[in-house]
Amino acid sequence: MNLIISSIPTILMIVSPILITAIGGMICERSGVVNIALEGLMGIGACACASTHYLMEAGGSGRYSLVVALLIGMVISALFSLIHAVAAINFNADQTISGTGINLLADGVTIFASQILFHADRTKEFRIGMTTDALGLYPTAYIALAVVLIAWFVLYKTPFGLHLRACGEHPAAAESVGINVRRIRYVGVITSGVLSGLAGGCIVLTQTIQYTSNTINGRGFIAIAAVAFGRWTPLGVTGAAFLFGTAQALSVIATNFPALKSIPSEVFNIIPYAITLITLIIFSGKDYAPRASGQPFTEARS
Amino acid sequence: MSSNEKTLKPRRSFIDWFLNSNGATSVAVVLLGFLVAIILVALVGKKPGNLLRSLLISMVGQKNNRGVWNFRYVGETLAYSVPFVLTGLTMAFACRVGLFNIGGEGQYVVGMTVAQAFALLVKPFPGMWIACLLLATLCGALWGGLVGVLKAKYQVSEVVATIMLNYVALYGSRLISLNLPGANTYKTGPLPSQALLQKFLIPTSNLNIAFFIMIFACVVYWFIMEKTRLGFGFRATGLNKEAARCSGINVVKNIGLAMAISGAFSGLAGACVLLGGAFTSGRVLSAQDGYGFMGIAVALVGNNTAVGTFIAGILFGILKEAQSIMQTMDIPKEITYIIQGLIVVFIALRSGLELIKQQRAKARVRKEASK
Repeated sequence: MNLIISSIPTILMIVSPILITAIGGMICERSGVVNIALEGLMGIGACACASTHYLMEAGGSGRYSLVVALLIGMVISALFSLIHAVAAINFNADQTISGTGINLLADGVTIFASQILFHADRTKEFRIGMTTDALGLYPTAYIALAVVLIAWFVLYKTPFGLHLRACGEHPAAAESVGINVRRIRYVGVITSGVLSGLAGGCIVLTQTIQYTSNTINGRGFIAIAAVAFGRWTPLGVTGAAFLFGTAQALSVIATNFPALKSIPSEVFNIIPYAITLITLIIFSGKDYAPRASGQPFTEARS
Repeated sequence: MSSNEKTLKPRRSFIDWFLNSNGATSVAVVLLGFLVAIILVALVGKKPGNLLRSLLISMVGQKNNRGVWNFRYVGETLAYSVPFVLTGLTMAFACRVGLFNIGGEGQYVVGMTVAQAFALLVKPFPGMWIACLLLATLCGALWGGLVGVLKAKYQVSEVVATIMLNYVALYGSRLISLNLPGANTYKTGPLPSQALLQKFLIPTSNLNIAFFIMIFACVVYWFIMEKTRLGFGFRATGLNKEAARCSGINVVKNIGLAMAISGAFSGLAGACVLLGGAFTSGRVLSAQDGYGFMGIAVALVGNNTAVGTFIAGILFGILKEAQSIMQTMDIPKEITYIIQGLIVVFIALRSGLELIKQQRAKARVRKEASK
C-alpha cells in the first residue's frame, strides 16, 4: 500500500502532460479538425521551453524563467499549429497529411535549432527544473487539473463552447445560425497548439534536464489514443489519460513492485495502444467521434 | 467539369496546365521546400552553397585528390533509396484505394523483426536471404491486412489503427529481439552470411541486390494497379466506394486485400534494410527508424504512381546520403528533415490550388456569360 502511495507523484508527473495534450486534441476535434500533429507540437514546445529556460538560467534570471519558458513554449507551438489551421481550414487540405508534415517538420526544426543555439543535437542541460511541493507533487499536476476544469467549463457551460461543439457536429447548421465556423475552428486548432506546447514544456521541466530527439517519444500519439478512448469528453479523456499514463509510469517503476518485477517494461508500453485498439473494435458500431471531424468546411454559396 | 472547361476555352494557358498537372506541382513543391531550406540556412549564417554541394556529391559522386571519381556516395544514395521507395509504395498503394496507411513504420518493423528472428533461429542454408525476404513480406502483409480487416469489418479508422499498431510493433519487436541469441540492449548476435544481401557494382558502398528487388516491386505495383482486374477494382474503390459497391465490386474484401499488399512493401523494406545494411547483426530498436513516415512524403511527392514514387524515393535517398557530407561542411544535417517536412506541408497546402482552379473556372463562366 505504501508502495502504491509513494508512486502516485511519479504517476501524476507522467499523466499530467499526456492529459494536457489530450484535452487540446479533444477541443481541436470537437471543433471539427483532426490534429495528429500533437506529437510534433509537443516537441516544438519542449524544445523552445528547454532552450529558454537554459538561456535564462545561465543569464541569471532563474526566478521567473520557468514561467517565461513555459509561455514561450506555448507561443511557439501555437505558431506552428497555425500551419495546420491554415491548411485545414482555409485550404481544405487533407488534415492527416498536414499533421504528418508538421510532425516531420518538428523533428527537423527542434534539433536544427539546437544545433544552431548549442552546437549539439540536443539543448544544453539546465540546472534546476520544476521542484515538488509539500505533497511531493510537481506544479504540472495542478496545471493539468486546471486545464481539465477550464476545458469542461468552457465546452459545456458557455455559449462559445456550444458553438464550438456545433462546428464539430454540423458546421452547416452552425453557420446557418450565424456562427463563424472558420474562426471557431481556428480557436480549436490554436488551443491544441498552446496546450501541446505547455505539455511539452511540462515534460522537459519535470522529467528531464534537456530536450533531445527522444524526449517526447510517442506521448503525443498516446494523447491521440486517449482522445479516442475517452470518447471526446473531458471526463473520459481524463480517465483515459490516467490509465495510459499509469501504464507508462509502470514501465519505469514496475521494478519497485515485487509482483510486477518479472514483466518486461515493453508490456506496459504496449498497453495504451492495445487497449485503444481493442475498445475501438468493441464499440465499433457506435460512433462517438464528432460527426464533422476531419472534414473540410466550405460556406454555402449560391 | 473538366469537359466543360475544354469546350469553354480550348487554348489553355500555362497556369491552367500547371494547376492541372500533378507532376508539375510536385516539382514546384519540392523546389519550394529546397528554396525555404536554403533561405533558412543563409539566415542562420551558414553557407547555402555547401548545402547544394553536398546534395550534388550524393547525386554524382566526388573527384578525389588524385583526380579519380569516387562513386561511393552514389552507391550509398541508391542503397538508401530502397526503403524510401518501398515504404512509399506502401502509402501510394493504400492511397489509390482511398485509404491512408500511416502504418508503414509498423509494417517495416514487423518485417525487420521477423527476418532477423528467422535468420538467427533457423540453421543457416544457402539462399537463406530469399526466405527472409519472403517471410518479411508476408508478415508485413499480415500486419497491414489486419488494419484492412479492422477498417472494413469494424469501421475502425485506419489512421488511428495504424498509429496504435506502429507502437505495438515497436515494443513487440523489442520483446522478441531482446530474447534472440546474443542480444544486448541495442543489437542481437551477428546474422549468418547466407542471410545477407549480395553487394554489387560499387563494393565500397552498401549498394546491394535489394536495389533490383525494389525495382521489381515498382513493376509489381504498376502491374497490379494498372493492368489487372484486381487493380481496376482497387482504383474504383478509391475513386468512389459507393459506385464500386453498386457495380458489384466487393469493397470489404478489396480494402482488406489492398492494405495487405500495401503492408507487404513495407515488410520487405524492413528486411532489405536489415540484411543489406552496414551492420551485420540484428537490431533491438529503441525508437522508430522513420522510414515508414518518410514513405508518406515519398508517395505524396510521387503522386502515388510507380514511376513517381521511384523518382521521389531516389530524391529522399539523395537527401539522406547528403546528411553525412553536410556534417563535414558545417551544415546541420537536420536541414534534410526540415526539407522533407516542408515538402509534406506544402503538399497539404496544394489543395489550395483546387480553390484557385474553381475560382478561375467560375470567372471564366462569368466572362462567357457576359459576352
